[in-house]
Amino acid sequence: MQTSSDRRPWTFYVLAAVFAVYVLFLYGPMFCIFVLSFQGPQGGLVFPMRGRGIFWFVQLVTQADTGDMIGAITRSIPLALIVMVLTVAVSVSAGLAFREKFRGAGVLFYLVVASLVAPGYVLGIGIGLMFQVFGLSTDWWSSALGAQLSWTLPFGLLIMFAVFGRLSRSYEEAARDMGLTRTATLWLVILPIVLPGIIAVALFGFTLSYDEFARTLQTTGGTNTLPIEIWSMTQNVTSPSIYALGTLTTIFSFVIIGISLSAVALIQRRRTGRLA
Amino acid sequence: MDGRGTIELVGVFKRFGDGTVAVDGVNLKIADGAYCCLLGPSGCGKTTILRMIAGHETPTEGEILIGGENVVGLEPRRRGTAMMFQNYALFPHLSVRDNIAFALRAQGIERKERYRAADAVIEQVQLTALANRMPNQLSGGQQQRVALARAIVTKPRVLLLDEPLSALDEFLRLQMRSELREMQKRLGITFIHVTHTQLEAVAVAEQVVVMDKGRVEQASSARGIYADPASPYVARFMGGQNVLSGVVRSSGDGRAALTGAGGREFELTGQNRQLAAGSAVNFAVRRDEVVLAKAAAAPALGVNALRARVTMTEYQGTYVKVTLAIDLAPGEMNGADEFVAYVPEADFFAKAIQIGDAVVASWQTGSGRLLTGDANAFPRH
Repeated sequence: MQTSSDRRPWTFYVLAAVFAVYVLFLYGPMFCIFVLSFQGPQGGLVFPMRGRGIFWFVQLVTQADTGDMIGAITRSIPLALIVMVLTVAVSVSAGLAFREKFRGAGVLFYLVVASLVAPGYVLGIGIGLMFQVFGLSTDWWSSALGAQLSWTLPFGLLIMFAVFGRLSRSYEEAARDMGLTRTATLWLVILPIVLPGIIAVALFGFTLSYDEFARTLQTTGGTNTLPIEIWSMTQNVTSPSIYALGTLTTIFSFVIIGISLSAVALIQRRRTGRLA
Repeated sequence: MDGRGTIELVGVFKRFGDGTVAVDGVNLKIADGAYCCLLGPSGCGKTTILRMIAGHETPTEGEILIGGENVVGLEPRRRGTAMMFQNYALFPHLSVRDNIAFALRAQGIERKERYRAADAVIEQVQLTALANRMPNQLSGGQQQRVALARAIVTKPRVLLLDEPLSALDEFLRLQMRSELREMQKRLGITFIHVTHTQLEAVAVAEQVVVMDKGRVEQASSARGIYADPASPYVARFMGGQNVLSGVVRSSGDGRAALTGAGGREFELTGQNRQLAAGSAVNFAVRRDEVVLAKAAAAPALGVNALRARVTMTEYQGTYVKVTLAIDLAPGEMNGADEFVAYVPEADFFAKAIQIGDAVVASWQTGSGRLLTGDANAFPRH
């Protein structure tokens, strides 16, 4: 007798179709941009392809009229690194603090999470206005940094909540049993155990900052970060340069994510899979 | 032994921040070099006592003495105790060898000496071949051995074990149980082992402390707890006993005559308390000392006998567990206790006892033991 488990239910095909559409929607546009960026000098913004080559990549870094790409990158990467370091430092410390119960912990938590809910663009305008009120000039390393932290810190904290939530108290107690000081316990026991979580927070901090648009737009001052430079480029550049840029930044993001995930995988493998 | 591993709890009381009373006035003495089990259902306060001895909780009131010295307020390391955690708490980022050597780090012992000491205990627990593995690459039983090695490498005078066998499957549990017992004998230090499994406690421990609701119900030898329970609670919790009740008719010379519901007559011996005539008492009868006879073969009911019907039989290998429903006297209510006889296998099959049979259950006068304490204290399951 043919059992029903041998055949897939019709829902399988429906869900598979939904998934296929989703993947197409997610990667299709990216793929189009990727393909269109490798056109010859006659290339345009739409298909069909006109010629092949890396002309527009060369154009991107040599031509001043495509905007200050190199300058934007030299701001965006340091900014993303600063945001990453601060996000890790603050999220880990705050995660440790929330591990101990303290008065007002609940209220504080909601205050932190509220900044995730607040519309980023409005928040950015607010920060820009405040700097104006205090007579300070907005800049990528001051007001934009603060605006981005309002976005990355709640994320980092939520991740650390999940990480510390799974961390058994008995690790600390075992260390205490052995006579380790609290500082030694933190550095030699707690932080090494949660290292994969810390890497995740760092990755989030970096990419969220590197991508950030809404909060940065009104706070970056006279010089742009990369997403804002790209946006302003779309306003006045109508060449495949913009696609070349898209290709480059996407590759850069994938490299960053790849490095982080490999680091986490390496740690996990060291702790489980590999035979000595 | 120099008594450095003696433990004494004096009036220990613990109330948590949320107001729950976990330990409600415990006095307890554990001899140096003893294997002691704290036994009780979850929430009875046994783990809290262990953690207070370790220094991971502070008693609200009372004193904890280790080797005669009050250790309340002392850091865990200063107490000479080592704790083995229920989930083992092995550091996942360190190898077996590093986990064990790590325990010596805070003592300021130099690296080479640390590894030498670690290797010695690794050999003791037979993990030499796995010394460079990471904890997650080990089986449950192997992880438990690492946890044990890590605890004893610091040469504690007291080893505290929090439900050490609960994470293992049945087969490993029995194996590790005897390994723990052997290790304790070899080291000669005090072991305090927390468990909720009765058979585990009586199998390993010299001293068993039965707890309920933050209090010690009975502290005695394994045999004392099992064969001579002090209270209805302990008799019920340990199993192996039937709890019955009666009213004292007469008492004296270590003997007591009781009358149960429906005029049943019981006799107890061996208790040295004078019992007031007319007082209601509970007593326990060992299940393996109850003899069953088909009712047809025993027309007259003597002392220490009940008429009953067989409701269930459970084959246990060397004996058969026979559950009985006592024939109720007019007006008698069904009690919450079940009445069980452990009938030797050969006897059970020779008598061809079947479910539904009417039987007479009887026992010798010496099998009954007087119980004191709350008659309505039932273990929570």
